[in-house]
Amino acid sequence: MTLFILKRLLIAFFVCLAVSAISFALMFLSGDPAIAIAGSGGRAEDAAAIRVAYGFDRPILVQYADWVWSALHGDFGQSIYFNIPVSEIIGNRIGVTLTLGFVAFAVALIVAVPLGIAAAMRPNGLIDRLALILAVTGQAIPSFWLGLMAIVVFGAWYGWVPISGTEEWQGYILPVIVLSYYALPAMMRITRSGMIDVLASDYVRAAYAKGLPAHRVIWGHALRNAVLPLVSLAAVQLGLLLSGSIVIESVFALNGMGRLAWESLLRSDLPVVQAIILLLSLLYVALTTLADIVNAMLDPRLRGGSI
Amino acid sequence: MTEPLLDIRNLRVSIPTEAGLLNAVRGVDLRVTPGDTLCLVGESGCGKSLTATAIMGLLPRYAIQKHDGFAICGTDLSHNPNSALRKLRGTRMAMIFQDPTAALNPTLTIGRQLTEAVMLHERLSRSAADERAIDLLDRVGIARAASRLSLYPHEFSGGQRQRIMIAQALMCRPSLLIADEPTTALDVTIQAQILSLLKDLQDEMGLGLLLITHDLGVVAAVATDVAVMYAGRIIERTPRAELLRHPAHPYTRNLMKAIPNPGVTPRGEPLPSIPGTVPGLIGDMVGCAFRDRCAQALVPCGQDPLPSRTIGTGNRHSYECWLSDEEDGA
Repeated sequence: MTLFILKRLLIAFFVCLAVSAISFALMFLSGDPAIAIAGSGGRAEDAAAIRVAYGFDRPILVQYADWVWSALHGDFGQSIYFNIPVSEIIGNRIGVTLTLGFVAFAVALIVAVPLGIAAAMRPNGLIDRLALILAVTGQAIPSFWLGLMAIVVFGAWYGWVPISGTEEWQGYILPVIVLSYYALPAMMRITRSGMIDVLASDYVRAAYAKGLPAHRVIWGHALRNAVLPLVSLAAVQLGLLLSGSIVIESVFALNGMGRLAWESLLRSDLPVVQAIILLLSLLYVALTTLADIVNAMLDPRLRGGSI
Repeated sequence: MTEPLLDIRNLRVSIPTEAGLLNAVRGVDLRVTPGDTLCLVGESGCGKSLTATAIMGLLPRYAIQKHDGFAICGTDLSHNPNSALRKLRGTRMAMIFQDPTAALNPTLTIGRQLTEAVMLHERLSRSAADERAIDLLDRVGIARAASRLSLYPHEFSGGQRQRIMIAQALMCRPSLLIADEPTTALDVTIQAQILSLLKDLQDEMGLGLLLITHDLGVVAAVATDVAVMYAGRIIERTPRAELLRHPAHPYTRNLMKAIPNPGVTPRGEPLPSIPGTVPGLIGDMVGCAFRDRCAQALVPCGQDPLPSRTIGTGNRHSYECWLSDEEDGA
C-alpha cells in the first residue's frame, strides 16, 4: 500500500510538471506577449523595453524555471490589468469558490449516496421513481434558470435569503442548493447502478446466507464495492465545483474564481489566466490521485502489480 | 428414525415474467437426515438451484414461493419462514456456492469474512473467532492459516477459495449444509479433492448434505440418495446404488446411457443423447413433462396425476411414470 501511494505520488509529480510546462507555454501561444502588453498603439521600442522589463528576452527554459520557482513560492507575477500581484487577486477570490464548492459537494454527496442506495434496494419502487424524477429534473434544468427562479421566489418574494453577494452566510444558501442540485444526479445514479450490480452478486447472497442482518450486508459488504465508481466520479465532480462555476457566480453575483477566470480571459490578463489554469490543473491532479488512493484502500485488487 | 434436518413438502416456486407465470419448481419434496448426502441432479434450468435458494430463504423478492410444509432442524417454518429462517441461516444451516471467486467479497479479508458470522451469532471474541477460523482453514487444507487471515480472496487459487468457502460455511457448526454445484467452477483434479474433503467433513461432523449438481460423476462419488429433477419436478428418487444399477424413469435411463463408459461404450460412435429440448415452464403443465422427448410415451402420459411407482426393497426407490418397471424392457 505504501509503495502504491509512493508510485501514485511520483506519477502525480510528473503530471504536474507537464501541466506547468503547458500552462507556461500558453503565454506564448497567443503571440508575442510583449506586443500584447504594449497594446495596439505601442511602438516597436515600447515592445522591446517591455520584453526586457518582463524578462521575455531570456532563454525560454530559464524563464520557465524562474516562473516555476516563483510559483512554488506563491508568486505568479503581476496582473497586467490590475498591476498587483496575481496571488493577491486569487487570494481574494478563492475563498468564496472553495466554500461554495466544498459545501455544495458535501450536500450533494450526503443526499446522493443514501438516495442511491435506497433506490437500488427496490429498483422501480416508489423511492427509485422519485429519485429518478429528481435526477432527471436536476440534469435537465439549466442552473442559471434554477438560480434565477430561486432568487425570484426565495429572495425577492419571500425575502428569506439575500438576493446576491456573500456578506452574510445566508447568501451561500441558494448557490449551494443550485450547485449541489447540479452535481447530484450523476452521483446518485452511479451509486444506484453500482449498488444494484453489487446486490445481485454472489457474495451478497453469501453474506445473507451467513445469517447477517440486512444492514450489515449493505453497509459492510455491498457499499464498499458499490462506491468504487462513485469515488472516481466524485473526484471529477469536486474538481468541477471547486474550479468555480461562471454561471452560478454570475447569477448570484459572487466574486469567485469562475468569474475571475472569465473576466481575465476577456481582458487578456495572461498571468492571471496562467495561474488559474495551473492551479486548477494541479487541483485535478491532486483529486484524481486522491481518488486512486481511496479506491485502492477500498479494493485490495487495485493496489498490487504494475502502474 | 432420526428427525430429518430438512423436510419440505410440495415446494413450488414461480417467477412472474412478461409472458406469464414461470413455474420453475412445481412441487418438490425433499428430506435430508443427519449424515446423509442427498444429491439433487438435473440439467440447467430444471429448478434445482432455485430449490436450494428457496430452502435458504434467499429467493429474489419477486419470486413466489409456496409449500405444504417446511421444517429445518426441527423448526417448523410453515407459517413464518422469513424471520425464523434468518435465525437458522449461518447457524444451523449453511450454503456453499458454485463459484467461490464470486461468492467471496473481493474487498474484505478472508479473516473478516470467516469470523463475522460467528462473532455475531455466538458472540465470540475476535481472538476466539480467529482461532476457530484457523482451525477450520487448517482442517480444509489451507496451510499456514494463522498468517493468511489478513489476505484477500484474490490472493488465493480457485480451489483454495472453495476450501475457504467450505470453512466459512462450517464456522458456526451447522447441521445442514447446502452445496450448490460446489465443484462446477473447478478443474477436475481439484473437484475430486473438494468432494473427498466434503465427505470427510461430513463423516466427522455428522452433517446432512444437500448437494446440487448436474454431474453424475459427483453423484457416484458422494451421494447416499439421489433425486433426479426434470422441469421443476423430482421424477425419480433412489439410493445411489440403485440409480447406477437400475434407473427406472425413462429420462434417468437416457441420462445414464449418455455417460461414456470405457470398455462398454462403442468407440468412434457418437454418445447417445436425448432428442428435443426441455419444455417451456410458463403456465400450467398437465401430464409428464418428459413425454415429448420420451421414446416410450403412452396415451395417458398427457394426463394428471402421474402414477408414483415404488420398486425395490424398502420403498426407497420411487419414480413418476406410467410405465411400470416390468414393461420398460430395461
